[in-house]
Amino acid sequence: MLCSSRWVLAVAGAFVSLPALAGDPDLQALRAEIGQMKAAYEQRIAALEARLQSAEQQQIRTQSAAAVEVPPASQAAAPASGFNPQVSLILQGQYKNMKDVAERGITGFVPAGGHDHAADGIEGISKRGFSVDHTELVLAANIDPYWRGQAILAALDGEVEVEEAWFQSLAIGHGIGLKGGRLRSGLGYLNEQHPHAWDFADSPLMYRALFGEHGSYTQDGLQLKWLAPTPVFLEIGAEIGRGANFPGSERNKNGAGAGALFAHIGDDMGLEHSWRAGVSYLRTRAKEREAHFADINGSEAVGAFDGRSSTWVADFVWKWAPNGNPKYRNFKLQTEYFQRREKGDLSCFDEELAGNACDPLAAGDSVTSRYKTRQSGWYAQGVFQFSPNWRAGLRYEQLDSGSRNFGANAANLIVDSYRPKKTTAMADYSWSEFSRLRLQYAHDQSMRGLTDHQWTLQYIMSLGAHGAHKF
Amino acid sequence: MKKLLCLCLLAGSSLLAHAELRVFATVPEWGALAKEIGGPRVSVYTATHAQQDPHRIEARPSLLAQARRADLLIAAGADLEAGWLPVVQRESGNAAIQSGRPGYFEAAAQVRLLDVPAVLDRAHGDVHAAGNPHLHLDPRNVLKVGEALVRRLGELDPPQAAAYQAAFRDFAGRWQAAIGRWEQQGAALRGVPVLVHHQSFVYLSHWLGLREVGMLEPKPGVEPSSGHLTALLARQQGQPARMVLRAAYNSDAPSQWVAGKTGVPVVLLPYTVGGSPAAGDLFGLFDDTLQRLLQALR
Repeated sequence: MLCSSRWVLAVAGAFVSLPALAGDPDLQALRAEIGQMKAAYEQRIAALEARLQSAEQQQIRTQSAAAVEVPPASQAAAPASGFNPQVSLILQGQYKNMKDVAERGITGFVPAGGHDHAADGIEGISKRGFSVDHTELVLAANIDPYWRGQAILAALDGEVEVEEAWFQSLAIGHGIGLKGGRLRSGLGYLNEQHPHAWDFADSPLMYRALFGEHGSYTQDGLQLKWLAPTPVFLEIGAEIGRGANFPGSERNKNGAGAGALFAHIGDDMGLEHSWRAGVSYLRTRAKEREAHFADINGSEAVGAFDGRSSTWVADFVWKWAPNGNPKYRNFKLQTEYFQRREKGDLSCFDEELAGNACDPLAAGDSVTSRYKTRQSGWYAQGVFQFSPNWRAGLRYEQLDSGSRNFGANAANLIVDSYRPKKTTAMADYSWSEFSRLRLQYAHDQSMRGLTDHQWTLQYIMSLGAHGAHKF
Repeated sequence: MKKLLCLCLLAGSSLLAHAELRVFATVPEWGALAKEIGGPRVSVYTATHAQQDPHRIEARPSLLAQARRADLLIAAGADLEAGWLPVVQRESGNAAIQSGRPGYFEAAAQVRLLDVPAVLDRAHGDVHAAGNPHLHLDPRNVLKVGEALVRRLGELDPPQAAAYQAAFRDFAGRWQAAIGRWEQQGAALRGVPVLVHHQSFVYLSHWLGLREVGMLEPKPGVEPSSGHLTALLARQQGQPARMVLRAAYNSDAPSQWVAGKTGVPVVLLPYTVGGSPAAGDLFGLFDDTLQRLLQALR
């Protein structure tokens, strides 16, 4: 448009200059006027041109700025499904060769599975032959800038169990972390780890004695942690929760059913060593917590415990990697010790009304006595990774049934005093971080009078999102 | 009320106590860059060193303790630290360094990444969805990351923004000159066929024009197998490589095996700052890398 108006002016100028030959004063005035017009137009054109040029430059600048900021591939526009949570699925199963024992347990310790035979034990642990463990589905994502959420669903035949479902704070700061929902307690070291992260195919006897066959203490509640602003790792935490799981029991009550406290300290020593030590305490109450006992004649009796249960756990982990590079070779030593005290009443009765020492007339009588126990145990294990694919490990564990004071019921029930022991060796091969095959042998003396040689061939496969593991 | 006042005073005093910006860098190269730009105004903690495989780091207690106190977290990104950094961020209780906050800086987000996979399938090994994360081995990327980093430092520490800018201009000037020098030296490397242990030199090859004709790992992140190495040897007949490149943190056995069979030299590259005695800083890293490559060519 600018070009064409210039052309028009040029033509007009040429046309106007022709009559100038006449030299008429009128014409001279006209010429002066046209000259002024021409100058004015040229000024306006120059101004317009300058504006156009600056507009064009600006456009180029914004385009190039956009070009600079857009390229990162990671910031490319993602479809709405980009907001889907990270998903991973854990496949775990095994072949197990061991003795046929009607009711597996740990002699001298109250079975955590309660009195229901079928519920005693999770899939696989007590199954002989081929079996598939529960299949874990993990979903996790940031909820918003303030919270993150994670759910772990365990699928078994005909049921889905909510293993974990919690939210976690991201934005409180000051070293504070708040977690709420169904969560694995921060007690001990192994408790927060999932079975697929275990170094052996089963959990230590200690964890099974403490928390049952799941091998971990999970509760519905809140966890508050604080990490100190020190160069050395120092963390303290507290939990309150429903306390429905063993050693507590489900009950209808306001307020908290269990509370836990823990403290961790850890650091590096040089380039190659790192360690963490911790101490934790769990206190909970049980109401009518039923367990199977044998009466003095060998008949079955049910004992229901009402009272307080408190547990101390001390844990220590040390890891070594040459040059601090664990990829090719590394060693991990891990040990935990516990002590549990329970105090309250034990009611002994006869569930099947068949007649036993507590109910000799099979009339539904029961005997209530005081109950006081103090038990302990420990394990220690070492796992050596000697190539990028191979690891081998050894675990030794021992429990002590300790003192068990059953009061008046001591006359009715057999009070075992025993030191269960188990030695386990394993070797595993990992094709990658996502697949592992493990062979394990255990010399198990956790039941009095029974030495069980247990062979396990186990696979662990994880699909999907790359999980980040704790120390 | 008194308690609140006490808390405020405590918070205030702790702010005054460390005037310098605390930087937590996941890998040595970005720790070194933060030092170049930040100088005495920042204190830099580097979470890993050159002898460690950056893919396989554990969320050690010491890392949590350092992340707790950091004002700025500099990560390589592109999932390089996927196995440990998310845990460190979450468990640190430090709101400032969470992803999406100004205190979280990702180098991979500042440049165009190479090797972006068309298909995301673990059948192809440990692939990084966003692209290859070893981006610092193209020095032009270092400059781009530096440009973004200096802006971020200025945002986090406004009173010192001008000082960071000045330090960066000084660094950028020296770096540009060095790039010119390296490119001149590296001209002889253009088109040279090489074997690599892992895909950690993609950016270096792209910059210098090295031709990667094979990888010792059969798939990214999968350890070299004898079958795969034998196949590489067979390919060596038709497509002879001039050298085998490996990083300081890769095991030396596979590359030595190939070298023994073919007579091709193994070049141990520092890969990052601290990977060799001469690679004391970013300049040293590239000086030494070029020197080692050129030496192998002779």
